[in-house]
Amino acid sequence: MFGSGAMTNSIPEIENHDIIFVIGSNTTETHPIIGLKMKKAVRRGAELIVADPRKIDLVRFSSVWLQQRPGTDVALLNSIMHVIVKEDLIDKKFIMERTEGFASFKESLLAYTPEEGERITGVSREDIIKAAFLYGNAVRPGIYYTMGITQHTHGTENVYAIANLALMTGNLGRESTGVNPLRGQNNVQGATDMGCIPDFYLGYQKVTMPGIRQKFEKAWGIHLSDTPGLTATEMTRAALEGKIKALYIMGENPVLSDPDMNHTIQALKKLDFLVVQDIFPTETAELADVILPAACFAEKDGTFTNTARMVQRVRKAVEPPGDAKEDSLIIVELAKRFGVDMTYDIIEDVFREAGNLWPALAGINYRRIAKNGLQWPCPTHDHPGTPYLFKGAFPRGKATFTAVQFRPSDELPDHEYPFLLSTGRHLFHYHTGSMTRRVDPINRVSPCAYIEIHPEDAQTLNVREGDAVRVSSRRGTIEIMVLVSGRPAKGVVFIPFHYREAAANVLTNTALDPISKIPELKACAVRIERVETSPK
Amino acid sequence: MVTLKIDGQKVTVRKLSTILDAVRKLDIPIPTLCHHPELSPFGGCRLCLVEINGSPKPVASCTTFARNGMDVTTTSPRLEKLRKTTLELILSDHPKDCMVCERAGDCKLQELAYFYGIRENRFGGEQRVYEKKDNNPFIARDMEKCILCGQCVRICDEIQGVGAIDFAYRGLRTKICPPFENDLNCEFCGQCVAVCPTGALTGKMWDQKGRQNFKEVDTVCPYCGCGCNITLHIWRNEVRRVSSKEETLNEGWLCAKGRFGYGFIHSPDRLKKPLIRTAPKDISAFPIHQTNPPLPPFTKGGRGGIHPSSFSLHPLSSFKEVSWDEAFDYIANRLKQIKENYGPDAIGGLSSARCTSEENYLFQKFFRAVIGTNNIDHCARY
Amino acid sequence: MDKDILIKVCTGTGGVASGSKEVLETFKGTISSAGIAASFSERCSAQRVGCRGFCAQDVLVDVIINGEKTTYKHVKPDMVGKIFTEHILNGTPVAEWIVDKDYHTFHQKQTKVVLSHCGEIDPEDIHAYRAVDGYKAAKMALTSMSSQEIVNIVKNSNLRGRGGAGFPTGLKWELGLRIASDIKYVICNGDEGDPGAFMDRSVMEGDPHAVIEGMIICAKATESHHGYIYVRAEYPLAVKRLQMAIEQCYEAGFLGKNTFGSGFDFDLKIFQGAGAFVCGEATALMRSIEGKRGMPTPKLWRSAEKGLWDRPTVLNNVETFANIPRIILRGADWFMRLGTERSGGTKVISLSGKVKNTGLIEVPLGVTLREIVYEIGGGIEGGKSFKALQTGGPSGGCIPEELLDTEVDYESLALAGSIMGSGGMVVLDETSCMVNTAKFFLEFTQSESCGKCTPCRIGTKRMLEILERITTGRGKEGDLELLEELGHYIRATSLCGLGMTAPNPVLSTLRYFRDEYEQHIRNKKCPAAVCRDLITYSILEAVCTGCGACKRVCPADAIRGVRKKPHRINTELCVKCGTCFDACKFKAITKV
Repeated sequence: MFGSGAMTNSIPEIENHDIIFVIGSNTTETHPIIGLKMKKAVRRGAELIVADPRKIDLVRFSSVWLQQRPGTDVALLNSIMHVIVKEDLIDKKFIMERTEGFASFKESLLAYTPEEGERITGVSREDIIKAAFLYGNAVRPGIYYTMGITQHTHGTENVYAIANLALMTGNLGRESTGVNPLRGQNNVQGATDMGCIPDFYLGYQKVTMPGIRQKFEKAWGIHLSDTPGLTATEMTRAALEGKIKALYIMGENPVLSDPDMNHTIQALKKLDFLVVQDIFPTETAELADVILPAACFAEKDGTFTNTARMVQRVRKAVEPPGDAKEDSLIIVELAKRFGVDMTYDIIEDVFREAGNLWPALAGINYRRIAKNGLQWPCPTHDHPGTPYLFKGAFPRGKATFTAVQFRPSDELPDHEYPFLLSTGRHLFHYHTGSMTRRVDPINRVSPCAYIEIHPEDAQTLNVREGDAVRVSSRRGTIEIMVLVSGRPAKGVVFIPFHYREAAANVLTNTALDPISKIPELKACAVRIERVETSPK
Repeated sequence: MVTLKIDGQKVTVRKLSTILDAVRKLDIPIPTLCHHPELSPFGGCRLCLVEINGSPKPVASCTTFARNGMDVTTTSPRLEKLRKTTLELILSDHPKDCMVCERAGDCKLQELAYFYGIRENRFGGEQRVYEKKDNNPFIARDMEKCILCGQCVRICDEIQGVGAIDFAYRGLRTKICPPFENDLNCEFCGQCVAVCPTGALTGKMWDQKGRQNFKEVDTVCPYCGCGCNITLHIWRNEVRRVSSKEETLNEGWLCAKGRFGYGFIHSPDRLKKPLIRTAPKDISAFPIHQTNPPLPPFTKGGRGGIHPSSFSLHPLSSFKEVSWDEAFDYIANRLKQIKENYGPDAIGGLSSARCTSEENYLFQKFFRAVIGTNNIDHCARY
Repeated sequence: MDKDILIKVCTGTGGVASGSKEVLETFKGTISSAGIAASFSERCSAQRVGCRGFCAQDVLVDVIINGEKTTYKHVKPDMVGKIFTEHILNGTPVAEWIVDKDYHTFHQKQTKVVLSHCGEIDPEDIHAYRAVDGYKAAKMALTSMSSQEIVNIVKNSNLRGRGGAGFPTGLKWELGLRIASDIKYVICNGDEGDPGAFMDRSVMEGDPHAVIEGMIICAKATESHHGYIYVRAEYPLAVKRLQMAIEQCYEAGFLGKNTFGSGFDFDLKIFQGAGAFVCGEATALMRSIEGKRGMPTPKLWRSAEKGLWDRPTVLNNVETFANIPRIILRGADWFMRLGTERSGGTKVISLSGKVKNTGLIEVPLGVTLREIVYEIGGGIEGGKSFKALQTGGPSGGCIPEELLDTEVDYESLALAGSIMGSGGMVVLDETSCMVNTAKFFLEFTQSESCGKCTPCRIGTKRMLEILERITTGRGKEGDLELLEELGHYIRATSLCGLGMTAPNPVLSTLRYFRDEYEQHIRNKKCPAAVCRDLITYSILEAVCTGCGACKRVCPADAIRGVRKKPHRINTELCVKCGTCFDACKFKAITKV
């Protein structure tokens, strides 16, 4: 890849793309405002390529819709790239000056003819060629993806394939031109930036890299561990194996959000000690030994960093209820009990400390972002921030092509479990629903869980809209209401994971991408049966 | 570029700018009710009329291109008379219930009526009478207050790309409504509410929750990663409304969650005290259904996940409320004990993409520097 | 063998309504029936033709023997036998059924250009049209003329848009030609919405090929390859005949790819409107074709720059297009000289109201209104006196006696406070109340307002309410001034032509018949005795014979009286229905 996991462009640049390639992102529902910017671009003449197994709303605005079979993205992208090479739509100058490994990578595409692409993905060769021409000839194209790309056992390969596509056409490092993973949560970028990942300190500084640990030990005045930690999914497994004894969960709800709910619950039950710090008594909190009441976004000061690396001010508007405390105060208090002083006067001191340890934030302070945010990297106080990344160079010098081959998903439909289940969000609810399911009007428009089934499948299963079906995978069973819909392809079903009473993650597979450790939430095999009693 | 004269002042604007653009550039006040800079020109309210030297009739400045050498007058006794008549006509078919209207104080029509001093109206006559019957949970639609500016129709079509509403009927009974006058059934982004110049479209949850004298706090939306800028309207330590300003990265647009999904902040379910478990885990933990045991009756929305248990309403059945000191001591002792027995790497921390960056920094620092492990992650992968 | 006996039956909408289909069938049946020698039958041809204008006398039938034409009026199927035996077989026309003098004076003053084929040829037969030089002009235009040449001829002809506004057609085409675009459109506006107007309908029904030919020529002149004819769905016969004509043209190679073998492509489709008056407005019409609500859009761009689907579009009215083939064939000079200095050609007018001869007429621009009313129209019916001529449809105005020498053209009519509009003319006599007339027209425009702009949506409604007040005796001082102010306000501020012209009926009647308004307000009287709330019925005791006829018909039981003695009306009970007035044989009942 070519650097850190963030959007290379900024949100206002979206409207100036001439081609937008959305793959594995139901943007208008998961990132509605970015969706609006895409529609604006289309209104201004841009053409939209949508690659999604479901007929998402953006398809209405697209010039071409590639309905690939779930989990076949690598084959789709490789065959698009095959056409781009064949038609000589590559950017030779960019490849020569800024990349390496093109020659061997080019070889790897040979097998992925449009015909082969069609065979694997189900997308017609004409559409593959059309998409290749659209993207290959674009002047200011942007690629957008989310979990539809990453939540696969071959998610890293998917991302590599996207990177290859952008690199071979030189579509990086310019205004309104780039690769943009859309982050799903308000501050997932900030949490990652700040080092809440096991292998990096803040600013993507590797825990194992010589010199880095020493820098942090010096700054924090304490000896630090040199072993990389476990990822969340690995922690769950380690808990089940008895290797992790205690977990401290701040503001997360893995029971609903993680794959294979039964597995997660067993793991959490097995812990000696579980602390859950949250604003609501979540499903995870039910398994805790201690529950700590936290303040929500409106009750504290600080910053959120959006998916486009923009650091923006969060301001306290109201007091937290009861004895609830800001998370920062809780951590500082707890540290005191361990004899470590982490106190600060104002919360901006914490941000400043982070800026001292990561130059990309050094130029940002609360005064500068009082009205509008700034995008990192912003190394100095007179730096205007960086709307788009990789202008002129990549952080590692040259970017490398990584040849990737199509590999099927971990679990494919078979005789016993004939349907392919994909999970995700919809417009009205958010993530595990701990917030939105407590908002009355939202519950009124979106009260209950459903499974989207293609009309022909519904006919075969002899179910109608509103009927109940039993959905089972190798991991569990739920019963859920049917929504007959033209959105999924035949043989593919979709369940939003917001609903605890029919939790999609009872069914999902814990198989991980070996590199990113992201579970394969977008594809698992299920069986669907009609339930005789219809829901009241 | 085009250069023209407005009220004697020279101004240069880009080609294909309207006269109104040029007028706005000079910051000359000119009333409008149907104009929105992001939407296609409409020309419905007829308030922005101006005179162009040499043309006998006034023209709507919002729908006339500025041309080189134009000599434009934005105000004259004749124009003001025409504008006043327009306002009188609009008000002759508008409920006069500003005292209880949600928009009072934030209403463009009210503002113009005030500036034009329309105390009495020369026009009476028929007024539209509509039943308020839209049962959607978000948007209150009081079509008697609608002045047919069409901004809601255009924003829904042009910005949101949905087209949930349009004009129907003719003459005085022209009305904006969803197809067949059904209840509104759309994405409920509320963009239409944001641009409505009168009290025709308002948030249902705003009703009787206060109009003015809000404390406004600018912050960032707590939902997805777009990072939309929002403004919280606070009254007595309570978030009563959410809006967004036009000069933000999201241009004032929001989605249903961002605009209307703030109710959770003051939910009675909020955790208010530290809680320590009293009942053993196996008993209190909720049942997860395997395939074998018979399933309980099917409730709306399905089963097989976690049952709507009484936990969220009565967490105290298995927990007791404690003081912060008690909680901190308890946690510290247990963690120290585990660290002593199994080493720091037997402890893990899951941070939150919902918390601030500062909190995340402190959390990872706590785990790395205080606990002594790199077992720290968050849900970036889900 | 030559058909030297022609029977032409009018089958316009008016004719069909009077039973012309049956008449035509009966003629055909008679011709081929047993007992008629086959050799004779072969000389006869009974054919349908379009409307010739004098619909009041339908079914009109021409019998032409050896070029000698006899016209019968009010023909019914049972009259066919007699006409056939006496006239066609034996050569003696049936005198009592022949049209009278009126029919001829009606036609004498007319100059038929657009209507020249209506009533003469079979509109459903492309060969009939080709036989009268049809598609010659189009072929010429496509095979031997440049776009600019066509534009020049149209410019020189002084042809102006017949839809109402009178924009010079040649200029419009030139703009359309000058703007480059891969897609351009030609649209024919056949959304004739004025109540009582049927000019365009008659042309579309009676001579559909002329409209299509005009559009083909326009397509060539503006280099457009796509056309629409926008017809209201309420004109089923016009839609049917246009559809047939279009199909015939595709078959003949006059439409589609490589038209007339010239390499030029032109596709033409019919779009049926849903009958909103405002869709006759060009921008609203284009929105309607786009599938949107028919609402006028601001004219930031001219249609020739950005029209249908934001592409350059030339839009003309049916009559305008129908003129084009004639201009190409006979030259710009001929056409120009037909009209006045500023407007060439003729205008089709639907003449109705209180004149003797009503119907569809065509006059050269520049004839006076007086000629139309008194010569073509044959004067006022029933010996009453003329009061006003309402021109231009619901958006037009009323012209009084003293201005009857006004010439028919765009500028003169505007000067007189009215408009040419699409060409409707309604003659009003002394029994018409001008306030009520104004109210009638305003009611129409008000209810047809698209509701987009404030002046038209609310302003016309408020004007109407004031008029309602006045006609029901609740008018007050200041009302007229308010009406005038609102009228001028609406005219100055409305978004589209519908709104701008909506106050015309009120403003023009206020200008010429202000005293009638004042009578309504001050004396609570309607001088023409039309406004029901202001009428009083009474019985002239001197004339009343006491026959009791009035008493018997009174639905309100308001008339009392002893037989053979004068009766009386109890005004408290009287509902002013006027039944007694009509029932009295002795003119003993007055209405004031």
